[in-house]
Amino acid sequence: MDLSSINPVLLLASLMVAATPILLAAIGELVVERAGVLNLGVEGMMITGAVCGFVVAVGTGSPWLGFIGAAAGGAFLALLFGILTQYLLSNQVATGLALTLFGLGLSALIGQGYIGIKAPSFPDWHIPLLGDIPVIGPIVFQHDPMVYVGLILVAATWWFLHKTQSGLVLRAVGENHDAAHALGYKVTRIRILAIMFGGACAGLGGAYLSLVRVPQWTEGMTAGAGWIALAIVVFAGWKPWRLLLGAYLFGGMTVLQLNLQAAGLAIPVEYLSMSPYLATIVVLVIMSSGRAPGSLGRIFHASR
Amino acid sequence: MTLKTLLAGATLALGFASGAFADAHQTKVGFVYVGPVGDGGWTYEHNQARLAVEAEFGDAVETVFVESVPEGPDAERVMSQMALGGADLIFTTSFGYMDPTINVAAKFPDVKFEHATGFKRADNVSTYSARFYEGRAVQGHIAGQMTTSNVIGYIGSFPIPEVVRGINAAYIHAKAVNPDVEFKIVWAYTWFDPAKEAEAASVLIEQGADVILQHTDSTAPQAAAQSAGNVVTFGQASDMAEFGPFPRVSSIIDNWAPYYIARTRAVMDGTWTSTDTWDGIGAGMVGIGEISSAVPAEIKASAEALRDSLADGSYHAFTGPVNKQDGSAWLADGETADDGTLAGMNFYVEGITGDVPQ
Repeated sequence: MDLSSINPVLLLASLMVAATPILLAAIGELVVERAGVLNLGVEGMMITGAVCGFVVAVGTGSPWLGFIGAAAGGAFLALLFGILTQYLLSNQVATGLALTLFGLGLSALIGQGYIGIKAPSFPDWHIPLLGDIPVIGPIVFQHDPMVYVGLILVAATWWFLHKTQSGLVLRAVGENHDAAHALGYKVTRIRILAIMFGGACAGLGGAYLSLVRVPQWTEGMTAGAGWIALAIVVFAGWKPWRLLLGAYLFGGMTVLQLNLQAAGLAIPVEYLSMSPYLATIVVLVIMSSGRAPGSLGRIFHASR
Repeated sequence: MTLKTLLAGATLALGFASGAFADAHQTKVGFVYVGPVGDGGWTYEHNQARLAVEAEFGDAVETVFVESVPEGPDAERVMSQMALGGADLIFTTSFGYMDPTINVAAKFPDVKFEHATGFKRADNVSTYSARFYEGRAVQGHIAGQMTTSNVIGYIGSFPIPEVVRGINAAYIHAKAVNPDVEFKIVWAYTWFDPAKEAEAASVLIEQGADVILQHTDSTAPQAAAQSAGNVVTFGQASDMAEFGPFPRVSSIIDNWAPYYIARTRAVMDGTWTSTDTWDGIGAGMVGIGEISSAVPAEIKASAEALRDSLADGSYHAFTGPVNKQDGSAWLADGETADDGTLAGMNFYVEGITGDVPQ
């Protein structure tokens, strides 16, 4: 065993990168669920975002446009889900699962001609001054911009949900849609917007994989990240800052266990491999005082 | 996993719907894939071989496939549905399908099964595999001379004999040309997860590896090495030539097409019997992708000489003296490993650190 071969600075830095796709997808789903909608199609929206982002980035040569395309692609798929569940009142669980299947197939179709192509590079930001701080600089301030977009989204979501009137309305819709409707709020419209926001975030998360993390297009490349994002929303008790903790914990354990393996730690590899899942569940359950939004997953119709 | 089940079910349902109109005399060949056909590696090559079967026999053969089938009970269901759908021959193309294949084969004695990389056979179950370790030997030979840090990173998938054999073969031949070489091995516990494979590659690079060998199916480690800039990789299962000439300096290419065509023909002729096929470079089942210009000429020449000696049988990739990891003798001087030991290999050779996960 040679733990000295693990560089803690690089470890913590790669933690932030490893956590970002899950964080992006999860924060979107958190808003959706706070609005009272359970969208199980995160995986499908992520992979659609991954391929849309890749196609746009390759076509235009700009990763930024790629991320915008990914958000649009994810939001479009989410809109389908929204129309089906909010206007046609289909079952949210079944529709969400179908959305994942659809997204996986659609992405494979769109990505046909893009296998083996390289994405335009998306350079890391070396933030002046802050990036030069010893230790903290390389860990926190020398990443690609999407890492910070993820953090800003978490902060903005927290601020929106808890400090603005619109956020209060969104939460009211999620807690009791009949009451919100009686007060004159447009339940369906608010939910559609939340669903599209969730789709856009999932798309960004997917594109982070195809444009930054991997970076190339491969069929099925999200490989279950969407389901982990869904789980983290629940374990984080529908709270944005805990969600950040959960995502970083998961990303951190994933990177740490690979590092420990490479360093030859004398713990059976099986335990190391399960450690990200175990640690995330244990910590978030211990902290948990979260309660699901009252109307989560229930169908709303104004006449009932 | 439920989703993949549903997807597989839907795909099969479609297959049945279209198959209902098929000619009754057509031979139907099914393929069960562990990853998506667009993975650029393992499953991609199996699918290329499926297409070669179609091209060879034209309308006389109909092929069906289901991709991304998880290794486990789901696989059993997919195979059963294929058999019920009229398949005459089913190729199950991953190690983890071994027990499901045996179970399903017992229920469908008239259907022939071909299981890749396994060791359990029955009257209607053949096994086939390629001697990838011969390719690994060539990789190790090149890797040992290309590394300057003397640290070679190895991304393992699952600790099964197939993968352990590859690690040993690569290590023995890297050590032979570079006594200071050290292997860092990471188990990803997946055949296909680009993000995880990229992370594993990055971790190995951060810990000093400047050569990455992979036994997982996606091209993500190649991309990670490319962005690191000075790290050498090898294509796995497929040529991955898009990453050449650097970082990808060579590759192991699986070529299943001749075998799939031969076995399909055997079913059509009625001459199919349960066999165990294990072919290497010599028979063409394992190909060594072009050694790129990034490799110095003398290393390339010696690697090609090694490849040729493996191909014509004058040299065996496991030739003694070789000790096991604990120092006990395995192969005496000049002795070569027997296939039984290789097929069940669950130990590292002397010099590799760490344990094989059991």
